[in-house]
Amino acid sequence: MADVKPRIRLDKKTAQKGDIVEVKTLVSHVMESGQRKDSAGNAIPRKIINKFTVDLNGKPLFAADIEPAISANPYMQFKFKAQESGTLTFTWIDDDGSKITAQEKITVS
Amino acid sequence: MHLHVSRRQALALGAGALAAAGLGAAPALAKNDSDELIKKFAGGTEPVKGKVKLDVPEIAENGNTVPMTVSVDSPMTEQSYVTDLMVVADANPRGGVVTFRFSPASGIAEANTRIRLAETQNVVAVAKMSDGSVFMDTKLVKVTIGGCGG
Repeated sequence: MADVKPRIRLDKKTAQKGDIVEVKTLVSHVMESGQRKDSAGNAIPRKIINKFTVDLNGKPLFAADIEPAISANPYMQFKFKAQESGTLTFTWIDDDGSKITAQEKITVS
Repeated sequence: MHLHVSRRQALALGAGALAAAGLGAAPALAKNDSDELIKKFAGGTEPVKGKVKLDVPEIAENGNTVPMTVSVDSPMTEQSYVTDLMVVADANPRGGVVTFRFSPASGIAEANTRIRLAETQNVVAVAKMSDGSVFMDTKLVKVTIGGCGG
């Protein structure tokens, strides 16, 4: 999973304190629901990203518990109010326990 | 909460529910575990309609990827904020869709993602506040092509 490069976009990387920052994220993943069958009629085992978390300077900012009803290549968009400069850490956790992580810097003046 | 429900009361409740369903105004009983999920999430509090805004298309051509935005009207301060926001769909193979976790650090309770809908059904968003109150919003999405493979 280490070769997966998530795409993250902040609508502003430098913000005034109190500004609303919009964050868009997308990661490539099949999000196999576990409901489908292959051509031989066997159920295809579930394999999804079941958790997405965002921390700012190590403190939880936003998270999502994900079910198979989220589309392939899960897209997550959220907003937050800029309070402090620092590093946003994004983590996607796969059913098999593997993690995809990425970081973005934000400067708040 | 009524802990003791007599047979007569139970019958009356059942009749009321049937009447409501018959009018077509209230959503029919869910086909999956979504009602139980909401009950468990609300933790004994009856969800009240309001504060939550669920934005989904009225008609989704492709059930494999339906854009959805949810937001909650909340000051998002340490004193009063949205802790969790759960979304369920009542006719998917399983009811759960996603649960967003917010914190006062979010400052604003809004999220957007893309969901799968197997068929035409109700999508329900339920928000839990830091004071324990629970709010909800429901939208019916008509799905042209279902999105759970198969």
